[in-house]
Amino acid sequence: MIRESDMLLSEAQESTVVPAGDYLLKKIKRGQTVRITDLEGNQAADTLFYNANNTAERYSAMDTIREQGNVYLSAGTLLRSNFGNPLLEITADTCGRHDTLGGACATESNTVRYDLNKRCMHACRDSWMLAIGEHESVGISKRDITHNINFFMNVPVTAEGGLTFEDGISAPGKYVEMVAHMDVYMLVSNCPQLNNPCNGYNPTPVEITLW
Amino acid sequence: MTHSTAQSLYTFELPAASHWSLKIKRGLELTLTDITGGANLGMMFYNPENLLERYNAPDTLKCQHTFKLTRGNCLYSDMGRIFCSITADNFGWHETVCGNSRKQHIEKTWGSLSYQDAQNDWRQNGFDAFLVELTKYGLNERDMGANLNLFSKVVADDNGNLSLDTSAAKPGASLTLRFEMDTLVVMHSCPHPLNQAASYPRTPVLCELFEAAPVADDDYCKNFRPENGRGFENNRLYHLGVGA
Repeated sequence: MIRESDMLLSEAQESTVVPAGDYLLKKIKRGQTVRITDLEGNQAADTLFYNANNTAERYSAMDTIREQGNVYLSAGTLLRSNFGNPLLEITADTCGRHDTLGGACATESNTVRYDLNKRCMHACRDSWMLAIGEHESVGISKRDITHNINFFMNVPVTAEGGLTFEDGISAPGKYVEMVAHMDVYMLVSNCPQLNNPCNGYNPTPVEITLW
Repeated sequence: MTHSTAQSLYTFELPAASHWSLKIKRGLELTLTDITGGANLGMMFYNPENLLERYNAPDTLKCQHTFKLTRGNCLYSDMGRIFCSITADNFGWHETVCGNSRKQHIEKTWGSLSYQDAQNDWRQNGFDAFLVELTKYGLNERDMGANLNLFSKVVADDNGNLSLDTSAAKPGASLTLRFEMDTLVVMHSCPHPLNQAASYPRTPVLCELFEAAPVADDDYCKNFRPENGRGFENNRLYHLGVGA
C-alpha cells in the first residue's frame, strides 16, 4: 500500500548515508520515526531489529507474517518480535511492498545459489558478523541473526507455490518509514549482492533519517 | 519404497500435542506419516557438532525458488549445506514460514485447559514444545529460527494473503527425509498456528527410521535444481573435513 509520509526532512534530527556493502547499527528510541530511502533505486536494505533492553527479543519474520496473515510488508504492518510483541510499525511507504521471505545473502548461500567460486564475495551476513564483532556491548551474536526484512526487495509468491526474484519495484527516492514501539537497535546491511536483479547488479547507497 | 532395506530400524509414534528430539546420522532416512489426517509436524534442525549451524528457511526457499516444500527439495543450513533431502512425499506441499502456535493462540482459539484438569490431553503449544527440547541442548528461544510445518499446506493469493488449506489433509500422507549430514532434529506435533478447527486437533505422527540407499549420481534431489548439486558438493567438502 502506498502511503506518503507527513514528516518534514527539515525537521529531521539526523541523516546518514550508508554506502553499498556497509552496515549501520543505530539505536532508535520508542516513539522515534526512522526512514530508509532508496537513493538510486533497486537497492535492498537487509534489516534486523532488536529490543534495545533485551536483545534476546528480536525481529521475527514468522511472527510478523503469521499475525498479519500476509507475506509482504507495507504501510500498516506491525513488525513483530520472536516474543510476539510489536517492535515497530510501518507508517509510510512509497514502494508498496517489501520482502521478508528471502533472507540475507551469505558467502555460504552464494555458493549454492550462484557458483561454488562465489564463496569469497562480500555478502550481507558478513556485514552483520562485522557489526557483531565491532559492537560487543550490544550483546548480539550469530545466534541472534535470523530472518530479516529486505526493504525495497520484490520476491513474489505465486499461487502454485513458486518464489521468484523480480527486478525491484523500487525507484530512486522511494522510502519506507517506521515508528518504534519500543527502544530498538536497527542493524542494516546495505546489500553488496552483485549476482541478482534485486539491486540491479549494481549496489547503491541508502539513507537512514531519524525524527 | 526408496529405502535400501524395507525393515525399519526404529519406529515411534509421536503422540498428538507432543515433542521429541533425536540425533539422526547421515545415511538414515526418516519417514513421517500423518496417521489420522490433518497432522502438523513442527521441525527444526541443528548441527550437533556446531549448534550455531541451523536450518535456514529463507536460504532453503530462495535457492530452490519455491515457497512450498515437496519431493526433490533439500533443507539447507545457514552454512550452505544440506541437512536432509525430501526423497518421497505423497502430500505435496509443506510450509516453513508461519512459525509456531503459542499458548495465547491456543487459548484464544480453543480456550484454556490446564494440565491439572486434562493431564496428557492438555493443549500443548508449538513454541513451548520446542523450547522444552531446545533447553536440553543448552539452546533457547534465541536459537529458534523458522521451523518446518510438515503436513500443513499454506497458500498465498496474488496479494500475499495466507491461508491454511485444510482440504489437503489425508490419512496416510507421508514424506521421507534422507539425512545428508548428522543432524539434531527437534520436533513437535502441536497444531499449526493458522488452524481454526472447531476443537483442538489431536494428530499423532508415525516416525520410522530406515537405512537410506547411497546417493547416486542421478539422484532426484541432487539433480532437482543445479543449486542442490552445489549444496551436495558443500556437504562433500564438509565430510572431507575441509568445511567450516
